[in-house]
Order: sequence, then C-alpha cells, then structure tokens
Amino acid sequence: MKPAERLKIPPTPMPEQDPAERIHNVKEVPLGYTPEMAMKEAQRCLQCKTPFCVEGCPVGIDIPGFIGAIEEGDFRKGVRILKQKNLLPAVCGRVCPQEEQCQQVCTIGKAKKDPCKAVMIGKLERFLADWERENGEFETPPEVRKTGKKVAVIGGGPAGLTVAGDLIKYGHEVTVYEAFHKAGGVLVYGIPEFRLPKAIVQTEVEYLEKLGVKFRYNFIVGKTAPVQNIVEEHDAVFIGTGAGLPRFMRVEGENLLGVMSANEYLTRANLMKAYSFPYTDTPIVKGKKVITVGGGNVAMDCARTALRMGAERSLIVYRRAEEQMPARLEEIHHAKEEGVEFHLLNNPVRLIGNDDGWLTGAELIRMELGKPDASGRRRPVPVEGSEYVEEADALIVAIGNSPNPLVPASWPELEVTGWGGIIVNEATGQTSVPGVFAGGDIVLGAATVILAMGHGRRAARAMNLYLSSGKWEDLESALSLCRAEVR
Amino acid sequence: MHEILFKERLGPDITLYTFHAPDVAAYRQPGQFVLMRISEDGERIPITIADVDREKGTITLIVQSVGKTTLELAQKEVGDSVPDIAGPLGTPTHIEKVGHVLCVGGGIGTAPLYPVAKAMKEAGNRVTSILGARSADLLILEDRMREVSDSIVITTDDGTKGKKGLVTNAIQELVDSGEKFDQCIAMGPPIMMKFVCLLTKKLGIPTIVSLNPIMVDGTGMCGGCRVTVGGEIKFACVDGPEFDGHLVDFDEMMARLNTYRSHEKQALEKFSDHSGCKLEASLKGGK
Repeated sequence: MKPAERLKIPPTPMPEQDPAERIHNVKEVPLGYTPEMAMKEAQRCLQCKTPFCVEGCPVGIDIPGFIGAIEEGDFRKGVRILKQKNLLPAVCGRVCPQEEQCQQVCTIGKAKKDPCKAVMIGKLERFLADWERENGEFETPPEVRKTGKKVAVIGGGPAGLTVAGDLIKYGHEVTVYEAFHKAGGVLVYGIPEFRLPKAIVQTEVEYLEKLGVKFRYNFIVGKTAPVQNIVEEHDAVFIGTGAGLPRFMRVEGENLLGVMSANEYLTRANLMKAYSFPYTDTPIVKGKKVITVGGGNVAMDCARTALRMGAERSLIVYRRAEEQMPARLEEIHHAKEEGVEFHLLNNPVRLIGNDDGWLTGAELIRMELGKPDASGRRRPVPVEGSEYVEEADALIVAIGNSPNPLVPASWPELEVTGWGGIIVNEATGQTSVPGVFAGGDIVLGAATVILAMGHGRRAARAMNLYLSSGKWEDLESALSLCRAEVR
Repeated sequence: MHEILFKERLGPDITLYTFHAPDVAAYRQPGQFVLMRISEDGERIPITIADVDREKGTITLIVQSVGKTTLELAQKEVGDSVPDIAGPLGTPTHIEKVGHVLCVGGGIGTAPLYPVAKAMKEAGNRVTSILGARSADLLILEDRMREVSDSIVITTDDGTKGKKGLVTNAIQELVDSGEKFDQCIAMGPPIMMKFVCLLTKKLGIPTIVSLNPIMVDGTGMCGGCRVTVGGEIKFACVDGPEFDGHLVDFDEMMARLNTYRSHEKQALEKFSDHSGCKLEASLKGGK
C-alpha cells in the first residue's frame, strides 16, 4: 500500500458502551477492537524510517514493529515485540496519555494536524495485550542464569512492577514489598474498574509471579520491618512508594461528614469494591449531588464513579478553564458524555454543614484568568464579591497528591526535596544512599503510570549494572558506555 | 493467611484472639495497631495490638463485636484463618520514666491500654490504674492490669462492681485524696476520653489519648482518619493514633465516626438475616 493510500484511511473508532447505560455499571467503557478493526487501523501506519513515535514513548516500544505485525495478522509476533519493552501493555494501552506522547509526534497525526487523528497506537497496544490474554497461554521468556543477587522492590505500583519484571529477566532474585493486600498500586486502588478492569492488573501480576517475582503483601516497609533490615538483606533496593499523600484545600468545613479525598473515595470504590456494597463490606458515601474539586484525570475518575454510585448530579469544580485542565481529552469527553457538569473557573472558599456535621453545600467563588504563573498557565484570580452557595451532600477533594512520607520519614540518610520527593540521579534513579534507587511518583510527585514505568525501566538497567559491577560511583557514565557498546 | 491459635471470650461481646502473624509481631511496639481483613470481600478494620509473642510469632487482639465484620470474626474458631493482617501501624507510644502515671481504661479501651501500662511500669514508673465499664461483665483484663499497676480502682456505671460511677469521679477522688500524677493515659470510648481530658486539663495533668477513627489504608494515603489536633489536621494512622488529649477536637471526631452509620446498620441487618436463614435451614435439616 502506498503512503498516500494509508494517509487516506480514517481513524478506526473503538466501540464504547452507551453513556446512558454505562453510568449504571462499572464495566469498561471502551470495548476494544476486533481483529478486523485492528488490522484496518494498523494499515494507517506509514512505517516511518525515523519513527518519532518510539522517541515519544517513555519506555521506547518498537511501535512500527508491533503495528506492522498487526497489519500482517501475526498477533503473536506483535505481542512479542510489544513485551520486549513493555511488561504491562494491557494497562498502558488503556491509561497512557498517548496524545501527549507517541501519538503527538506521529507523522499521520502531524499531517492531519491533530494527535487524536494519529495512528491509534494506544488502542492497538491494548488490542494485542487483550488478544494475548484472551487467547490462552502467556509466553514465558526463556530461563536465564541466576545471578544470586537479591533485590527488594518497595511498593508494587507501576514503577515497582516494571523494575521487578526487568530485574527478574536479568536473573536476579526479586521480592516486592506491598503495603496493601493486592499489588498494582494506583492501578488497583486509584484507576476505576470502568477504565482499567482489575482482572487485567491481576493477570499482569500473575505473569510476574510466573517469572519468579516474590510478593510480600501487607508489608509496610519502615513499619513491618525497619528499612535497615531490607537494605541488609538485599544487594539493591528500589523505592517506588508513590504519591500517596492526599492534599486538602485547607478551607473551613473540610472535615465535615461527606467530604473526602479522592484517594479515599477511589480506594473504597475500587480496591475495596464498595460499588458492590452490601455484598462487599466496605461502605462508601453515596451522595445525591456530588461535587468533585479538581481538573485532572483523578477528578474525572471521581466524578464518573459518583454517577455509577447513584449520584443524580455530579459536578466538577475547577478553578481554571477547560483548556488548562490537566485531564486527558478522552477522560473529559467521557465525563461530559456521561452527564458530568463542568463548573469551570470556580473555587471553594468554605464548606457548609448541618447540625450533625454533614456537608450541605460549598461556598464557591468565581475566578478569572490573570497573568501566567510558574507553570506557564494563566493564574486564576478570585472575582471579589462573586461568592455563591452550591448545594451538595458529598464533596471529593481531587487536587493532587504528594509523595508518601512513610518510607523517607523512617530513613534520615535518604535525601528528599522540600516537597518530600526523593532526590535521584535522573539517568540512573540512584538516591543519596548507596545501593538504593527510587522512581515513579515518590520522585516525580503525582505524574502518570507510563512515566513511572519509564523511571522503573531506567532504574532497572542501572541496578543491573550496579549488581554486576558492584560499583556505585559513576554509574551514569558506565551506563552510557554500555549503551554505546550495544549500539 | 493468619490462623487463629487461641480464642477466649472476655465478656458478652468481647473476644480475645491470638493470631499467627510473625511479620507483625517482629517489630511491634506498644501503641501500634493492625488493619485486618477477615474475608476476600472484607473491609479493612483497625485494631490495636494488645500483646505479642515474638518467639512464637503471634499477636493478641481484643475485639468487641459491634458490626458485621466483628460479628463475623467472632464466629471464627481456633484453626480458622483470616486472609490479611497488615502492620504494625501507627507511631508507637512514647515510653519514658516520668514518675507517677495514671492509666484510665474504659470498656474495650483497656485492651490498647494494657501494653502501654505494662511498658510504663517496666520503664520504672509508679502506675495507678482506673478501669471503668458500664457493667461488671464488660470489664476486661482486670487481672493483667493489676499485675502492671501499683494500685487499681474499678468503677461501673451501674455499681455491679467496684465504685458506682464514672472514671472521672474516680480521678477526682484520687486527686482529692492527695495523689499527684505526672502523666495520664486515657483509652476508651471517645466520650469518655473527652470528659477525662476536660478534667485532667483542669487538674493540670498532661494526657495522652489513643484515637480510633475510621480508616482505610492505615499508611496516610486516604485521609479518612483525619482529626483536628491543636487546630491542625492530623492523620491518626501515621501521626497517631496517640495524641495530646488536651488538643484533640473530640466533638468533630465523634461526629465523623457517624459517617457510615446507616451503611453499618444495613450491613448488619443483611448479615443477621443471612445468619438467621442459615440457622433456620439447619433447624429444618434437623427435623
């Protein structure tokens, strides 16, 4: 097929559950490509000689490679190519912000001047991962020679799972220490079932177990055992404990009943399956009119979860305008389709309750956009005298998370930034403590799954070199030397 | 899985369990708690650790059956298991020799109080204890508390044992009789802790309380357990569970405990119905 012909093929939309129907269930919203749809979409890829998409991918997946395999109809081959670089394709295909990464630099997208019209890389990635899961056996990579080195991974989220998967393939003995009773981190407690079915995460974790990764659940490093023990018992340690410290607004009335952090709301709904209460035991506040404060993906997740929990009205209150919302376009689009109301350029100044301490409403103030701030976005400024009361019986605070202080607090030698992020060498993930690496949201603050996985990948490579050479100093230059040799 | 190795009924709805949990036992210190899940669809409930045996790798928990989960737990027997016990969590009690320590335990609150009283005694303090309950059958750990206390006062609301009255009456009487306390540790129902704190503040006795608000993860991640202490938001799971009682906003904390009251009722009704059905079925089967 000629490039001009490929360019003419329109993007293949993925079928989705009808909005009116889906707000009454927690099943996944996009239903996935059929093999025919995937092969048609794969034809749109120009197989560029210089694939910008690969550079746009934080873990450097051979994107034209796996898309080529789909076009040929050789899905097994596609899976193999995909899994060389990405252990969690079923997850990333669903939750990566492709429009800001691979699809943003895709030649087709550039030609159409819209990353949403680029080759649907994420959807194709998801297709292959789903195909593998639905078509029987996972291929396990060939046995590797054991090195006898022991690695501890603290935190079983996206960064930790990536490190575990990579290091087990290098032949090291890997143990993941997970505080919860399930591995997956934000993939299981945060991202809702309708966006990422938990069975998928479970399959990926089981795959790692099959490779030999050991999981220690309910193990809170720094509490269940001192960090020093973990360091002494292992040859290298990776900290991937995430951004699990919810920020609150610090306004009057924030401790009223019915006011909760996004982490609490989503953990109850997802990890603890409160959507099935009373068939499961964990309750959740079911507001009739729910306000979610914030403009990121987490806020969209909360507002959409509220609808599924039976809210008659679900409102997003965000202090900036829609253009400045950090949420993915797809999430905003899905939320709107489902009837989430967007109250933009509004900010809560205080929360109001009744005599029993239950929330009855939020006093909001209108905002307007002023001059750009440090983030480059125009700073929202309150409009004096514009306060009004919006009634609500539940309010979810989704204004972000800070790195979880539990591990750093019990580890004085570990250097952290003013906002609590662990300080690392960006190329290697090395912390201030020899033998200890870190990555993901504990370093970045609240970021994305794929960035955490990118961190994990880089740290794993450095950890492998450290484990074989025993040299902590100059690991970064040794690493670039290695890469040069490979090339 | 964590097997129940020992079970003993301490009162009408109060049960002592010893669980196999070597990871939790290994580094646990007084004042810490666990989060337990008793089934695959279970909720995570916080329970203070009453005692541990490191050599045997066991922990002792004392639980009052008040809701669906704790009732279901009470139906488990020695040899049964629960899937998850995570911990030890929370900041341990600050133990030091201060002189004369007053330990006040109300009802089930004596369970978390016991390890702290014991540690305070071992640190060389003189320990006076007041144990209170609504009624004699709700008093627990009296013998064990006696072992670690230099003197002990029992109070019951209905006068079925010890002095009739509240623990606050007993505190006032001790102070009136000339006793001087350098530190008070109060653990029990929030309303008891509130009134103990009001009194000890007046009497000028520094007071530590152990709070048990609603929790999910216990690692500072959800903020469900937030309490106002000295005008600041604190997370009981990581900043506590023990706080300076004179600074705690008890009214707010007690209100927040009601968040899921209707859910708790619903879960309990469903559980009772289900248990009732089973009972009925077994009766029919017997005929």
